[in-house]
Amino acid sequence: MTRAKPEDDEYWNSSKFKAFTFDDEDDEFSQLKESKRAVNSILVDDDDEDEEDVERVSWSGEPVGSISWSVKETASSIRSGSEQSFPKIDTTPSLSKQGSGYSLSSLFKGNLHDLSPEETVRRMQKGRAFSLEKFCSLQDKLLLLDEAVAVYDGNVITAVLIFLKKSLSKEILFRELMARDVALRHYVHYLKEMGEQKLVVELLKALGRTEDMALMHYKEHLNIKDESRRRDFLKSCLSLPFSQDDATHVQDHYTLLERQIIIEASDKKAVAEIFKKFPRKASILNMPIITTLYYSCFYHYGESEGTFSSPSNIRKTFRISEKQYILTALGARAKLKSWFDVDSLFNTKNWLGYTKKRSPIGFHRVVDILHKNSAPVQVLQEYVNLIDDPDLKLSGALKYKCHDIVINTYRDLKDRQQLIVYREKLERDSPEYRKIQELLNNVQIRWKN
Amino acid sequence: MASHLFCGRVNLNILREAARKDLREFLDKCSGSKAIVWDEYLTGPFGLIAQYSLLKEHEVEKMFTLKAGRIPSAAVKNIVFFVRPRLELMDIIAENVASEDKLQPRDVHILFVPRRSLLCEQRLKEKGVLNSFTNIDEYILDLIPYDGDLLSMESESSFRECYLENDQTSLYHAAKGLMNLQALYGTIPQIFGKGECARHVANMMLRMKREFAGSQTQILPVFDTLLLLDRNVDLLTPLATQLTYEGLIDEIFGITNGYVKLPPEKFAQKKQGEGGKELPTEPKKLQLNSAEELYAEIRDKNFNAVGAALSKKAKIISAAFEERHNAKTVGEIKQFVSQLPHMQAARSSLANHTSIAELIKDITTSEDFFDSLTVEQEFMTGVDTDKVSTYIEDCIAQKDPLIKILRLVCMQSVCNNGLKQKVLDYYKKEILQTYGYKHILTLKNLEKVGLLKPQSTMRNNYPTIRKTLKLWMEDANEQNPNDISYVYSGYAPLSVRLTQVLARPGWRSIEEVLKMLPGPHFEERQQVPTGLHKKRQPGENRTTLVFFLGGVTYAEIAALRFLSNMEDSGTEYIIAATKLINGTSWIKSLMDSPEENLP
Repeated sequence: MTRAKPEDDEYWNSSKFKAFTFDDEDDEFSQLKESKRAVNSILVDDDDEDEEDVERVSWSGEPVGSISWSVKETASSIRSGSEQSFPKIDTTPSLSKQGSGYSLSSLFKGNLHDLSPEETVRRMQKGRAFSLEKFCSLQDKLLLLDEAVAVYDGNVITAVLIFLKKSLSKEILFRELMARDVALRHYVHYLKEMGEQKLVVELLKALGRTEDMALMHYKEHLNIKDESRRRDFLKSCLSLPFSQDDATHVQDHYTLLERQIIIEASDKKAVAEIFKKFPRKASILNMPIITTLYYSCFYHYGESEGTFSSPSNIRKTFRISEKQYILTALGARAKLKSWFDVDSLFNTKNWLGYTKKRSPIGFHRVVDILHKNSAPVQVLQEYVNLIDDPDLKLSGALKYKCHDIVINTYRDLKDRQQLIVYREKLERDSPEYRKIQELLNNVQIRWKN
Repeated sequence: MASHLFCGRVNLNILREAARKDLREFLDKCSGSKAIVWDEYLTGPFGLIAQYSLLKEHEVEKMFTLKAGRIPSAAVKNIVFFVRPRLELMDIIAENVASEDKLQPRDVHILFVPRRSLLCEQRLKEKGVLNSFTNIDEYILDLIPYDGDLLSMESESSFRECYLENDQTSLYHAAKGLMNLQALYGTIPQIFGKGECARHVANMMLRMKREFAGSQTQILPVFDTLLLLDRNVDLLTPLATQLTYEGLIDEIFGITNGYVKLPPEKFAQKKQGEGGKELPTEPKKLQLNSAEELYAEIRDKNFNAVGAALSKKAKIISAAFEERHNAKTVGEIKQFVSQLPHMQAARSSLANHTSIAELIKDITTSEDFFDSLTVEQEFMTGVDTDKVSTYIEDCIAQKDPLIKILRLVCMQSVCNNGLKQKVLDYYKKEILQTYGYKHILTLKNLEKVGLLKPQSTMRNNYPTIRKTLKLWMEDANEQNPNDISYVYSGYAPLSVRLTQVLARPGWRSIEEVLKMLPGPHFEERQQVPTGLHKKRQPGENRTTLVFFLGGVTYAEIAALRFLSNMEDSGTEYIIAATKLINGTSWIKSLMDSPEENLP
């Protein structure tokens, strides 16, 4: 493994627990290789398909004759013919056939009048004919419901609830459900299934579950595709009784979409140089705020804080942390290879007016991001130099071939051996090579090895 | 075809046969030629019960996938819909039925799996097609035999329904499934349980038993004990990355209904004299179960022990093939040839698993995998669980998949018995800003099921639980394990520890810890008819059925198998679950709009 983090070993050796180790890795990897080799070397003059006790498998791996395979096979062979027939308009009444005894049609037509709630529920469970109509009084209805709940059969509970919904006023039903938790859950589930959002919202409100109600309402926005309608819908959510945190998030969600609509409208027809050089790949609508900030740092960098699309305005409006801001801006400016902008991101002036580089994220991460965006060695070197931790600095310098830093570090460590090793990796007579040569010849230095 | 079901301690093929019998009976009810229209989701679970050949024997001539519009033409007498009771499917069926050719009427049937639903029938009635059906029936497929020691309800959203939406329908099905199981394998004398859902299932079972009091089964009990466990008693285990071979296959590629789809590049067969064949682009699909000797041997090993096992196997197979040089007489040659099919199957099995192991190795040796595992292990051992983790922060900044982030944040929360408000708020803000505000909904769901929560005034009791149940073992032996903790290279799954302690020395020894975990724990006894009491031979093992309500991971299954095989364990385990899950599929089931989880 080429993980140049010397502190790792120390960490693992000293810490109390053990990672998923690969310490016998080479050994094991070669074992895998070995088994692969063995597999390939074994004679291959077979003809698997003829063997009877080997299950036959199509290329996709399903045994031939398995169900999903057959669905594909039989369906594809006839698909083409069926599309050509003319659609037929349904004029004849549907052929009425003998329905099963358990059909819902028997639900509200009563001919089984003398059954107790227990017997009725049992019949419903077993799929026999039954009638609910004879349960007229509120008390009978509730007895029926309680009996259905007692047998736990969700199917029966729901059927009874449908009956109660049709035959009781909303207020009374809600009131009775409040005292019956299981039935209530089934009812909410049923309403959701049926898409009766309004009624659910009403019910939740009556139950005092206002936060659930608010979230449920908010969830609806996912089904709205048109961005202006979605924005207006989000606006209508703002007054809902969310928890304090969620209220802030929903507000931000609305503000963001509103912003994106404005930016999108103007950027779609933008003519600035940057849009020609780097044409937009997708619309910015409905993107997360960090993606929007990245976009803004890419296309609208340097705009004054007054404009909606400027990074500084977005940063302020959405209370983006310094860390996130620097990361995002760094990514965008590095992508454009604007090293000057990158440089100024980290510049701070102290009270004497000296500029100093400072970063809320470790400079080793800055280096990683710059490298990912193929920054030249000169730029990388500058930031590798700013890494505080000497070990991280050295490993960064080694990784990104910042020769000067490597050489200076070894020199400072008075590590002659490492310098000799490093020299071998360099091109003979390159400036770096010569620099090491000079150092090694310098009799002033008192090497530690 | 179902040889994998015979090899366990309990012959689960009886269950499969019963399911097949029901299916045949239903098909024969619709006499004459038929076409089946499948709810696509069901083809996987049905594949565990029956092959196409069975359907064909009962005059199934065509099969289609349920789609809007018209049913493709087919000269059959019957059209049979095999569907889950879902309203949106009813709308499609209604459309199908309405556009049937009125001049050539065919009989139309519906088979609801696993239960018929009055709600769905009402929808069909509203659409004006209910009377078009000759037959409306249900096919009770509650517990599907998945492997020799494994049953699954294959109920995708069971955890979400039970713990988030408070819909206990899947628990009702679980209880029904257990009743059905008892009808085939005898009454289970002892029931233990932990958690609200477990209590609920046990209550339903006891009531159902009272109702059928007359029809006692006269079968010698096969199971001694049933243990019902709520998934929310152990929220931690599925969040951790499984490190067994099968667990990693599921984590990385996903196993569905016993099949895995793999990138095809590594599986191109190189046959002699056939160089330069084009690489296939379709994923390679493989069935994974204990019918495959090699797979049964290695699937529950820690991945770090798989390489050695494969290499050992390779040597054995090579040696077996070498035998052909020693075969001199006709008899010897005949003998060799008769073994060839078996040897060739073993060889191709070895080739497949070597390729899979290589694919997994590429991932487990990556820096990213290592770092992520390190953080998981820190959380599980209680290191820095009260601070913002810089690793998670970095992952968010790099826009790693949201599910990965949620898995880690939830794990930190569970291991700290809730996050400090400041830490929780920070994570939430970062997640919403980076992945989109709409994830408010997902975060709220995670809070509701207890995966994510602010720290209450209560003390963090996770360290006590960890120490009492020995959830972290310092020197887990990956090669030759002596404890279940090998399945997570150190972490012993809480659920399986509870199972282990129950068998010996019993839950009374951990009363304190049981009280810290959510939900009641209980014990019930069921009367076994006199004369059916099992007389155990000295040294004979007990058989326990462990039922995970809300899902089980492959690593937990491996740990239970390890306990079954331990020399002096005294108990063998059969495992049942609402669904086989892993951290990713589990978190995904709790998300709202998961399909757009990447920015």
